[in-house]
This record gives sequence, structure tokens and C-alpha cells, in this order.
Amino acid sequence: MQHDHTLRAFDDDMGQLDALIAEMGGLAESQIREAIEALQYGNHDLASEVIARDKRLDAIEAEVERLAIQLIALRAPVASDLRRVVAAFKISGMLERVGDHAKNIARSTLKIQDFRFGPLAQVPAIAEIAEGMIHSALDAYAAQNVGLAEHVVARDDQVDALYRELIRNLIDHLHEQAANVITATELLLVARNIERIGDNATNVAEAVYYAATGTVMPDRHKVVE
Amino acid sequence: MTFEEPNRDIPTVMIPPPQGDRVIDVHNLDFFYGKNQALWGIDLPVARNKVTALIGPSGCGKSTLLRTLNRIYDLYPGQTASGEIMFDGENILDQAKNSEQLRARIGMVFQRPTPFPMSIYDNIAFGVRLHRSVARAEMDEIVERSLVRAALWDEVKDKLATSGLGLSGGQQQRLCVARGIAINPDVLLLDEPASALDPLSTAKLESTLMELKDSLTIVIVTHNLQQAARISDYTGFMLLGKMIEFRPSSDAFVSPETKQMQDYITGRFG
Repeated sequence: MQHDHTLRAFDDDMGQLDALIAEMGGLAESQIREAIEALQYGNHDLASEVIARDKRLDAIEAEVERLAIQLIALRAPVASDLRRVVAAFKISGMLERVGDHAKNIARSTLKIQDFRFGPLAQVPAIAEIAEGMIHSALDAYAAQNVGLAEHVVARDDQVDALYRELIRNLIDHLHEQAANVITATELLLVARNIERIGDNATNVAEAVYYAATGTVMPDRHKVVE
Repeated sequence: MTFEEPNRDIPTVMIPPPQGDRVIDVHNLDFFYGKNQALWGIDLPVARNKVTALIGPSGCGKSTLLRTLNRIYDLYPGQTASGEIMFDGENILDQAKNSEQLRARIGMVFQRPTPFPMSIYDNIAFGVRLHRSVARAEMDEIVERSLVRAALWDEVKDKLATSGLGLSGGQQQRLCVARGIAINPDVLLLDEPASALDPLSTAKLESTLMELKDSLTIVIVTHNLQQAARISDYTGFMLLGKMIEFRPSSDAFVSPETKQMQDYITGRFG
């Protein structure tokens, strides 16, 4: 573990930045969880709450941006400090997008007509992995844990495989039952949003890796945008 | 009395410029103030037409290292250096070498501006006359060219006959740079040249240095890490008389490898 800065105010600022990222991460996770719960049970009220609460993530992202710029201007961080500030800045943007994906899932929930539609049952399992990736990526950020960051990236393959399976299923259903076309189409969008959450978790983990090591993570599992 | 070599076990990192680009190449340099050893096995490759910055906490030996590069320590009894400082194919530590000729090719600017108590014009002409006799017309040209290159000409061209001591601190320091480059050295050594200057004067001096490197090589000792990051091409970090990490400045301030350099530049020292 690193020593504290001789200038204590620097550590205070960094602590504030870390606290904001932790708050964003917790919020992003609960947004995913509740968006999926609303989808599972057809709970429109909960879906509407998720949509409304997204503004809070946007607000924290703006606060991270303000604090990061102030920290760069006033403290002139270098080396691992600079990498960490830049990582926090990037990660806040990624978490804001995770929030958007949760919001999109909630919006789909408001349009879905048949909550007993077969393939829907596959969704929570994929979402759980994606949410777990976000959780681990933020643990990796807080502890600057490179091994954990690598583990997050490795898990994205699972999300991608389950995502492809779900898409195949939905297409099969669309072929067979034209009646559920709206529900199936919305679920395609839901699946896509969950897959993107996994990608964002991967990006967060890569940002953590770079901040901690100063080198780019070997691109074995690299996500192609 | 013997002295224990400090921090023997600290790993060091050296990412030097290519061999062919080096104008000065220091190998395994030890330096002693009497019996006290101040530098331990220093390697320092200085790239031609680049700015090399030496950083490190007070007492780490960076100014001492700078003072070996033109053998100015010769002026002080009891100070000795051993090892190799290759310049132009020869080891300048070889005592048979003429140190005055050496200092004409490797000039130096100090922490506090040191204008001579004479006119601005003579501050520059004086040093040139020490090395050779020059006709008035040519001297006028040298004075003007040196002041232009030191980015001072526009501020002093109408008062060349007034005393150099009447200039501001920042102008005096640029006058010292002008004096240093008037004799066309290959290398200019600067020891904390901006430490007594305000931000604007510092910016002017830095921009002067960056333009000068087209025609000469600069080695600068600085406590101002932002200054090292702004103007240098290579950075050497020293600690307790050793070169701990030497590498291109482009990554020295982004991803230094040694914990010591990391701690120092991020302000976690001690």
C-alpha cells in the first residue's frame, strides 16, 4: 500500500473522488437489480422509479467531472495519482452509461405485454453476472486490485455467450409465434442493454488495471466497441 | 574513515537515449567532498540537442553531478571525482585536460542570477573576450545574437549601456543565459535557474531554453517537477547520491517504475 501524501489535502480530495465513484457504483448496481426485478414481475411502478432515479447518476457524474478537473488544476497530480484521477473520470462516464442501460431496460418493461413469455426467464441470470462484474470492477477500483480487474474482464465471455444464446432463442420464437413480436423485440433490446453493461464493467476493469500498473491490460479479452 | 554505500539494494531503472545521440556519457561516476562520498556509481547519458532534467530531494547529489560535467568543482580544493565522463571522445575527468577550454564548451547558469557589475553589453562581451579577441562590429553582432536567442533583446536593446544589475531577476537570469551562449558552447548546464523567478519570468526562461535546444544541449537541475515535465526530454531521478531512475520524460511523469521515484514525484516522500 502507498504512503499518504505529504500534503494531506490531496488525500482528502482523492478520498472524496473515490467516495463518489463508490456511490455511483452502488447506485448503478441497484438500478440494474431493480430494472431486472421490474422486468421479471412486470412491475411498472418499479420500472418508472428506475427511470426517474437515473438523474441521480447523471448528477454524480457531473460532480466527479467537476472534482477531477479541480484536482488536476490545483494539485497537478502525476504518475499513479494522475492515472487514478483520469480513471475515476472515465469510470464515472462508464457508470453513467450503465445507468442508461438500466433505464432502457425499465423502458422496455413498460412496453412488454407478456411477462410469461418463455425466453424472459433467461434474462435474470445474465443480468446477475453483468451486475456482479460491475460490483467486482468497483471493488478492484477501491483496492487497486489488478488480479480482480483481470477476473472481471474474463467473465465478460460468459455474458456474451449467454447473450448470444438468448438472441437465438428470441429469433426462434419470432419465427414461430408472431403474436409476441413486440415482447420479443423489447427483450432483444433488453438483452443488448445487459450485454453492454458487461462491456462497461470490462472497460471499468481495464481503467482500473491501467491506473494501478501504468500499462494497458493485455488484450486477450478486449471488448470491441 | 569509510562511508557505507547508501541504499545498495534499491533497484534502478535506466532507459537511455541511443548511444549515437549522446553528447555526454557519464559512467560509474563517484564524487567526494574530501572523504565524504556524495555520488555513487552514477551513469548519465546526455542526449544531443535535448533537455535532460535532474530531479530529486535536497542533498541527493543532483547539483554535485551537474558540477562535475564542466569540472567546475576543480575550483574547490579537496573535491575529487573518479569514473568516466565522456565528452567528444575523451574523458573530461582526465586531469591533463584544460578545464577552461572545457568550460567554454560546457557553459553554466546558476541558481541566483549572477550578472557582472557592468553594462548589459559588457556582461556578454566580457566572456567572449576571455576566449578570443573580437572586433567591435563582430562583438555587436555576437551581443545582439546572444540576447535575441536568450529572448531578452527586445527588452534591453535600447539600454545596452546601462548596468546589468538594473534588470529584473528574470531579465538578469536571461542575461546570464545570453552570456553563457555567447561563446557558442555545445552544452549549457543550469542549476535551478528559475527558483528565484516569478511564473511569467519562469515561462520566458523555459521558452528560451526550448528554443535554444535546436542549437545546443541542456542539462538542468530543478526542484520544480512541473518544470522538468514541461521542458525536458529525459529525466533522471536521484536519491542519496545514486541515479535511481532515468528515462524519457514523456513517461517519467506518467508511469515511473521505481517506488522511490513514484513516491517522490507524487509527494509521498519521507
